[in-house]
Amino acid sequence: MSALLLTVLLPLAGALVLALLRSLPLAGWINVAVSALSFAASAWLAWSVAAAGEIAGLGFRVDAFNVYLVVLTAFVGLTTSIFSRPYMRHVCKTGLTSERGMRVYHAMYQAFMFTMLLALTTDNLGVLWVAVEGATLATVLLVSLYRTPEAVEAAWKYFILCGVGIALALFGTVLTYFAAQHALDDPAAGLTWSILYRHADGLEPAVMSLAFVFLLVGYGTKVGLVPMHQWLPDAHSEGPTPMSAVLSGLLLNVALYAVVRLKMLVDGSLAGTASPHVAGYLLMGFGMVSFLVAGLFLHRQRDIKRMFSYSSIEHMGLMTFAFGMGGPLATFGALLHMLVHSLTKSAIFVTVGHAAHIAGTQRIDHIRGLIRTQPVVGWSLLLGVAAIAGFPPFGVFTSEFLLLTATMQAQPWLTVALLSGLAVAFAGLFRHLHPMVYGPAPEGQQPVRANLLPVVVHLGLVLWLGLSIPPFLVAWLDRATQLITGAHLL
Amino acid sequence: MSITQLPLLQQLVLVLAAIVLFTSFVLLAQARLVSAIHAFAWQGGLAAAVTGVVAVAGHSPHLYFSALLTLLLKALLIPWMLHRLVHRLELDRHVDLLRRPALVVMAAVALVIFSYWLVLPMVQQELTFTRNIVAISLAVVLIGLLMMVFRQQAVVQVLGFMSMENGLFLAAVSATGGMPLVVELGVAFDVLVAMVLFGVFFFQIRANIDTLDVDRLNRLTETGGEEP
Repeated sequence: MSALLLTVLLPLAGALVLALLRSLPLAGWINVAVSALSFAASAWLAWSVAAAGEIAGLGFRVDAFNVYLVVLTAFVGLTTSIFSRPYMRHVCKTGLTSERGMRVYHAMYQAFMFTMLLALTTDNLGVLWVAVEGATLATVLLVSLYRTPEAVEAAWKYFILCGVGIALALFGTVLTYFAAQHALDDPAAGLTWSILYRHADGLEPAVMSLAFVFLLVGYGTKVGLVPMHQWLPDAHSEGPTPMSAVLSGLLLNVALYAVVRLKMLVDGSLAGTASPHVAGYLLMGFGMVSFLVAGLFLHRQRDIKRMFSYSSIEHMGLMTFAFGMGGPLATFGALLHMLVHSLTKSAIFVTVGHAAHIAGTQRIDHIRGLIRTQPVVGWSLLLGVAAIAGFPPFGVFTSEFLLLTATMQAQPWLTVALLSGLAVAFAGLFRHLHPMVYGPAPEGQQPVRANLLPVVVHLGLVLWLGLSIPPFLVAWLDRATQLITGAHLL
Repeated sequence: MSITQLPLLQQLVLVLAAIVLFTSFVLLAQARLVSAIHAFAWQGGLAAAVTGVVAVAGHSPHLYFSALLTLLLKALLIPWMLHRLVHRLELDRHVDLLRRPALVVMAAVALVIFSYWLVLPMVQQELTFTRNIVAISLAVVLIGLLMMVFRQQAVVQVLGFMSMENGLFLAAVSATGGMPLVVELGVAFDVLVAMVLFGVFFFQIRANIDTLDVDRLNRLTETGGEEP
């Protein structure tokens, strides 16, 4: 219990301290320190969950499904904070943002971590909603941090679209609560997920399917599912780069986590009716459309961060599709894909941040010759893109292979769509990547002081996961799979 | 069961909810910014009144607290903040005419009918009262959404957003007897923070495009905009 409270409350305390602190260099270090402490706390939490099976109390509940996301969130939060300390100081020196902006940045970074950890660990659907909305509020000022017209526009779009989306999710939550009133002995517990899950078969199916539509559109907006994805490329391309890394690597996961938890509830409610898989089919449809559309849009991008944000939409679509398909193999693959995608994508955004500094722009056609100017950045980008495109031996290959196998078993015809989508996305990434990495470097392009430690660690982990997944992680994901689908993979 | 057979207090809730829906229409077609803010304040006040009546009818004392919270937040504090912002942005006399008002109002009417249709399968049982109230709340939410789509003025969009919240609150209070207190406080806190952020954004948008007409926010397109 204390591990859980530490994990959740450390970032909150960090946010308060950083909001009051005036010294800029110190703030960067405190940001790193708080992130490191909460990562340690999350590791402790994972250890105690592994020992006890589940930790619950005070409205929190941590099981095998969410604890691995908690550790992942804290880990990426830590590496990104290590990257962002020198990066944001550089940004501040170039005058893109003021000292006051930096203070907002650091405080909101920790506030964002807090809302995401709260969303992951809470047992209450209402608190889950509050936390996800809180994550929007914490990041919206960061997206507009540079105060350019583009940044303000992106932030306004993000605010309005996600605000409206999440409002619809609240309506879904209210409907769920309404259904619970008739099914539970104690109506006041109608938002507690674990109790609802135990009584899922008693929830009115008509109400629950209506509720799920609202919940899917609501949280799906945050996942970045097409056609509610409009905010995502703008927010990613105009916000500070560390923000893109945590938005892509973490926030989308948290929103997808919410969708999956609610799908478990609706599946339970609809199990006895004529159409038990409606929720799954909805997820498959939205997921597949997002996957294909985003793959095509990759080809048209001119902004490097925008391009990788479309890659995020593509991968979130793939995961949504897999969770919708259900079954132990697809679910296991999706869980693994969540993990490797977060690690790879945040590594890529860190590299992209450096690449954009070297070239002085985010425009793809102006970023040239990275390998000549600064080989380590060029190679990182190349390897990162190879990893995200699903090349062996990286972990993304493993999870995509599992997903393809699952599709072949369950929906053979969709394998064609899946494979061609992967090919289109691969082509889209590499046609832009090749000149950026190998092309002739422009005159006078200088290397920058790069902090590539997070990239090396992340890509190393992804490589390790591709070569051999450690047995404890397999057991862990298998338990999560069992929680979601009710069946073991192994 | 027909509406006249319901207990009087439930009938009162329905009447109040109907007036909330009416204020949604007023908000939708209101041209003057200041009047729109007043309409929004009335809507908040009515939502608080609904909560109060539900509290009396259902003997649920924790709803008195939500009623008070709504009254303070939605009927007084947020309208006051908006008023001050509008004053500071010198938009007191601003008029923002709705393009094609007849069409938009017809669309809103269609949304009300759609809401009733949507909740039909939900309640085959006894629930005349619940069906009406959920349909009205959903209609208020959808009209708020419509308002955000059709109005270009940032302040009016925020009013649409906030009136969506009113609809959600109405659903939570009258169909389910109010959310648990933690959630309600969390939601209220989120709304308040959102309002403060909206205020910050009004100034940022104004500083950048010299107006609050968000149609002019059109630099970001799919292919990355024009050559720099």
